[in-house]
Amino acid sequence: MTQLALVIDLNVCVGCHACVTSCKEWNTSGQAGYLSDDNPYGADPTGCFFNRVQTFEVGEYPKTQTVHFPKSCLHCEDPPCVPVCPTGASHKRAEDGIVLVDYDKCIGCKYCSWACPYGARELDEHQKVMKKCTLCVDRIYDQSLPPDRRKPACVLACPTNARLFGDVHDPDSEVSLAIREEGGYQLMPEWGTNPANHYLPRRRTEMRIREEELVRADNPLKVDGKLPKPRLSEPSLDDVTSW
Amino acid sequence: MHPALSVLFLTTLIGAGQGLFLALFTVDVYAALALLPHPQDSFYAGGNALALVLLGLGLVASFFHLGHPERGWRAIARWRTSWLSREVIVLPAFMGAVFAYGAGHYLGMTTPLFTLGGVLSVDPTLLVGALAMVLCFILFLCTGMIYACIKFLQEWATPLTPINFLLLGSASGFTLAAAYAAAGGTPVAGFLGGWAIVLTLFGLATRGASLIRNARLKHKSSLQTAIGVRHPRIAQKAQGAMGGSFNTREFFHGSPERRVAQTQWAFVVLAFLAPAGLLAAGLAGGGAVLLAVAFLVQYLGLMVERWHFFAQARHPQNLYYQAVA
Repeated sequence: MTQLALVIDLNVCVGCHACVTSCKEWNTSGQAGYLSDDNPYGADPTGCFFNRVQTFEVGEYPKTQTVHFPKSCLHCEDPPCVPVCPTGASHKRAEDGIVLVDYDKCIGCKYCSWACPYGARELDEHQKVMKKCTLCVDRIYDQSLPPDRRKPACVLACPTNARLFGDVHDPDSEVSLAIREEGGYQLMPEWGTNPANHYLPRRRTEMRIREEELVRADNPLKVDGKLPKPRLSEPSLDDVTSW
Repeated sequence: MHPALSVLFLTTLIGAGQGLFLALFTVDVYAALALLPHPQDSFYAGGNALALVLLGLGLVASFFHLGHPERGWRAIARWRTSWLSREVIVLPAFMGAVFAYGAGHYLGMTTPLFTLGGVLSVDPTLLVGALAMVLCFILFLCTGMIYACIKFLQEWATPLTPINFLLLGSASGFTLAAAYAAAGGTPVAGFLGGWAIVLTLFGLATRGASLIRNARLKHKSSLQTAIGVRHPRIAQKAQGAMGGSFNTREFFHGSPERRVAQTQWAFVVLAFLAPAGLLAAGLAGGGAVLLAVAFLVQYLGLMVERWHFFAQARHPQNLYYQAVA
């Protein structure tokens, strides 16, 4: 079965919030209606978002790392928010594993948000229904878009390519490869929700230069320039042989 | 969790209504067994009407919790998986059974149909009452399991949660029944008041057990598992929005921690100790007024108890919302 998901590379994310604004722009303009905001320019702004970028500081100064952490619905394979919904508005699609809310059936009881350990669901305070990331279900299947644009808005917006999109059940997909090869992990594994979205961990990227790489060990006299050409019968070294 | 007034009223009102019905039915069964004098049918009819008022008020309160009350009927759809859906079905069914039980008594349908074991004379109202009792216990279970089934809300995810809903609701209902019986001069007030004290003290024991359990609780989720970084020192610097959001309003009680600790002692006194004392004083000769005060104090105490029940529950999503910027 297909399970569409995002893989978010925390090593690459720079915390620019482009995914947040792009998500908001796409999803507030869709046929499901706007994502309401209150006091956007006032003292206490608030609003409904599907995607947030949070920032954490790991370690103690001066040994700190800043981790920018994009957070949206993880489209759990065993979503605890779905069985608690009394109306069936909250559901997981069999064909692609996307967890969706039917805004016409939602009664706004908020029970599903209580049942999500990640806080991925936000109530729209004006439409009074629960909303959440749809993986841009209204654009990833849109045949009027060129195939390379049939991706969630956040993925297309990311300037550092920190967000990958694909089928995590397909072992050969880009996302499965990233999870497998780069240590992809799930959030709060202790609750058995089995989130489809994965995160790639921070990796230290540093150049390892050894002493002998700076100083040529095969040139003890430190003579620059062309070395004498050895005879064909002599053993040769890299850098030295010219044929 | 944020304690919503609508849910506080819903759970305390239907708890008292269910308890009141259980008290009336207990009297009915004891009377059928000839262990108590038969109260007049108007005692049952009036009591069930009072229970229906409480249940109805609870139902009305629940609608204030919904964003779209006009779609509330849809909530019966997922009874196979959702305890909330089951509650939505069982509550009106129970109200219907209570109505039938009260109406049966009002219409005097108490001619015995048959006798069980030579001692229990069964009449139509007793059969309807038995059905209502089963629905009453199922309703307590549904209400409790709505909270107890969310496994990562560890303060709630315990069998003590439905047990507390059962005992606390029953205690307040029996207290009300005692006051009601005393006000009407029905000679079962002592019986009901005695059971009210017993249920109140049992409730204190199980609610106290859940308080002790929660005080020793170790939360499974941490900031480390929330963002998947294995480092003992992680501090949030931004939550993605400068103002609040649904996540900061719905899952935090918004009061100082001191107040949560204070309310704990407040409800231990108001919901358990004071009503037990008032009930004892009322039964010792204080009369219906003291019993009515006992119910009002206990109801207030249970409102505080329910507030604390919500405020104490720490949702793991709060790990993501610890600092604004």
